[in-house]
Amino acid sequence: MELAYSKTDEAFRKEVRAWLKKNLPKKDKAISDLMPHDPERVKRAKDWQRTLHSAGYVAMNWPKEYGGQGADIVRQTIVNEELVLARAPGMIGASGLQMLGPTLIQYGTEEQRRRYLPTILTAEEIWCQGYSEPGAGSDLASLRTRAEIVGDEFVVNGQKVWTSNAQFSDWMFCLVRTDPDAPKHRGISYVLIDMKSPGITVRPLVQMTGDAGFNEVFFDNVRVPRANLVGELNQGWMVANNTLFHERNMLGSTTRTQLMMQNLIRLAQTHQRYGKPAANDPIVRQRLSSLLTRVEAMKYHSYRQLTNAIKGRAPGVGAMVSKLVGTELNHDICALALEIMNSYAPLKKGAARVIDNGTWQYEFMFTLGLVIGGGTSEVQKNIISERGLGMPKSG
Amino acid sequence: MDFGLSEEQEMLQQSAREFLTQECPPTFVRAMYTEPDGFSRELHRKMAAQGWTGLLIPEAHGGLGLGMLDMAVLLEEMGRAAVPGPFLFSSNLFTLALMQGGTSAQKKQWLPRIATGDAVGTLAFLEEDDRIDAAGIQLKAKKTRDGYTLSGTKMFVPFAAVADVLLVAVRTKGKAEDGISLLLLERDSPGVTISPLDIFDQTRRVYEVTLQNIIVPKAAVVGGEDQGWKVLSRVIDAACTALAADSLGGAQKSLEMAVDYTKIRTQFNRPIASFQALKHMAAEIVSEIEPARSLVWYAAHAFDTLPREASRAASLAKACLSEVYAQTTNRAVQMHGGIGFTWEHDMHFWFKRAKWNEFAFGDATYHRERLAQLEGF
Repeated sequence: MELAYSKTDEAFRKEVRAWLKKNLPKKDKAISDLMPHDPERVKRAKDWQRTLHSAGYVAMNWPKEYGGQGADIVRQTIVNEELVLARAPGMIGASGLQMLGPTLIQYGTEEQRRRYLPTILTAEEIWCQGYSEPGAGSDLASLRTRAEIVGDEFVVNGQKVWTSNAQFSDWMFCLVRTDPDAPKHRGISYVLIDMKSPGITVRPLVQMTGDAGFNEVFFDNVRVPRANLVGELNQGWMVANNTLFHERNMLGSTTRTQLMMQNLIRLAQTHQRYGKPAANDPIVRQRLSSLLTRVEAMKYHSYRQLTNAIKGRAPGVGAMVSKLVGTELNHDICALALEIMNSYAPLKKGAARVIDNGTWQYEFMFTLGLVIGGGTSEVQKNIISERGLGMPKSG
Repeated sequence: MDFGLSEEQEMLQQSAREFLTQECPPTFVRAMYTEPDGFSRELHRKMAAQGWTGLLIPEAHGGLGLGMLDMAVLLEEMGRAAVPGPFLFSSNLFTLALMQGGTSAQKKQWLPRIATGDAVGTLAFLEEDDRIDAAGIQLKAKKTRDGYTLSGTKMFVPFAAVADVLLVAVRTKGKAEDGISLLLLERDSPGVTISPLDIFDQTRRVYEVTLQNIIVPKAAVVGGEDQGWKVLSRVIDAACTALAADSLGGAQKSLEMAVDYTKIRTQFNRPIASFQALKHMAAEIVSEIEPARSLVWYAAHAFDTLPREASRAASLAKACLSEVYAQTTNRAVQMHGGIGFTWEHDMHFWFKRAKWNEFAFGDATYHRERLAQLEGF
């Protein structure tokens, strides 16, 4: 067992840190606001990813021929950690980078990889994920958006929902039903849809945070070239499952959680609650330590997952719990922050006298969304019990 | 970065599991429940033959010279099997105290015998008010020309009835950490009386030990006069880590037993494992055990190689596993339904051990407060 990163990796970390200090735009420094929502911020976020890419810090572990560096996963992990520690904004091309990219590398054709991967890296093209539908959330495989084959095109009709960032995305990786007569998991295909295609309507949905991060997307006879099929026809479920695994990993990142925990402790030490610093209250102390224990457990848990990845081992049941535990933990941290703030808790971001710029309030709501998104905690528990413990389907 | 077990550690895990499946099945645990001392010298010797009793002991004294992480791997397996007996106290805690603070004569006298399984050591440090901090040690040892005389009571001494030697924590000065001494005391010394405390976890026997006008020579001091706390606090960190490892194994085993049972037991014409209420309960246990395992490894690794983090890591692991083991066994009993509540079923061995582990060496509340202090908030 060796907890430290190697000397050369630590030297690399220093490089990254120094580079970030010099290049991170002051204006975008913020721990929250994962998703930018106005055109000006979208542009800035794209510029930021491009800058990062020119420095070689985006998807370093992708193969060289597609614009990556063939670096090991440790390097990318270090970059990700440093980005969070520097409070850099989240990467705008995250879905492309963390979900579609790995999927294309595994299942895409050579042409698809050469066409799409380079622009994912540079954020020239932003991707959104077209999975959920009004009637297909947790039971994703019951999706109904149809794609009929006409000549060498798919003709797509239907609706997606909860589509993050669709309002400024250039492309969507999308699950469509290509065989309505097959059992539900076997009639689905994975296709890439140009969001500028005629027949697509995007309607933003306002979240409880007040932001419009996700959307409804409607398809009315949208034509998609057959060449945009990823994997085999009707085999999209398998392809998507792979993508979902990447998504759960993405949602389970722990560096950010550690930072939130530090901020929470600072808040408890500085904010007076009932006449004394909150951290002096034995019950608050207990709850802080309880959260700290969970945060530290997840930190070392992530090192274990990283080690498995380095050694090329199967992720196993441990990887399945990351999303479930990670998202609930983030939400619980914010919940305690709100309790500590007491009467100040319901103040909105930007309000007079709001504490810590309203970050906690925003995150409290935002993190509840993460408990739901990417498969609710209940869905995660089904996955853990069925795939991890071999318990039978609920019938 | 390599946060995983080595090949050797995985082999140890494997061979320990095979050995204990063979030598310590639940029928054996059950038999030990009714043994007067809850101890099988035969099993202890067999474990010695595996090298386990001397796992931490340097090769020069007849051991394997391995570290706490190896010990944690082994203890997890022992927790899985709910191994009855003094192993954890003798071959881990007592041994570490001696390695840490013992004179070469003391090491020479005891370590090889512990390694071979011929001798058993234990710790006598708790007193009536059950405090695990330095102020809790109040049993006074009066200095004499040749050593000390002491009278008083030590509580909850594990396996005192089968121990050859006790490490007794006494107060030789003041009230704080700098007035504690550790004394080696052979159990059959005149003036030592032990009486068993009736305990529901019969895999972990504890005793009340009364000392009456005991005379201890200077040569019996471990870690220097008045300097015992330094050794003892490290032993407490070791104990937290060791109990966390045992708890991890016990929790994992309880989960497996419960899940296996739900796959066979049918109700409403289907296995109860197909009911979401039980699937979610099982998944919640997994999502607690998996991160907890990482904390146990971290604590053991920190004990070996990151001295500045060791206490914090030990508290993290103990706080976490105290709760995880107790909650897991609660739910595992429930997943078994009525049968899980019976004496006839094995589940209660782990359920009871979880309670023992939960409160020994500081419960979750205690360690969370200790963490808060270590973190400085």
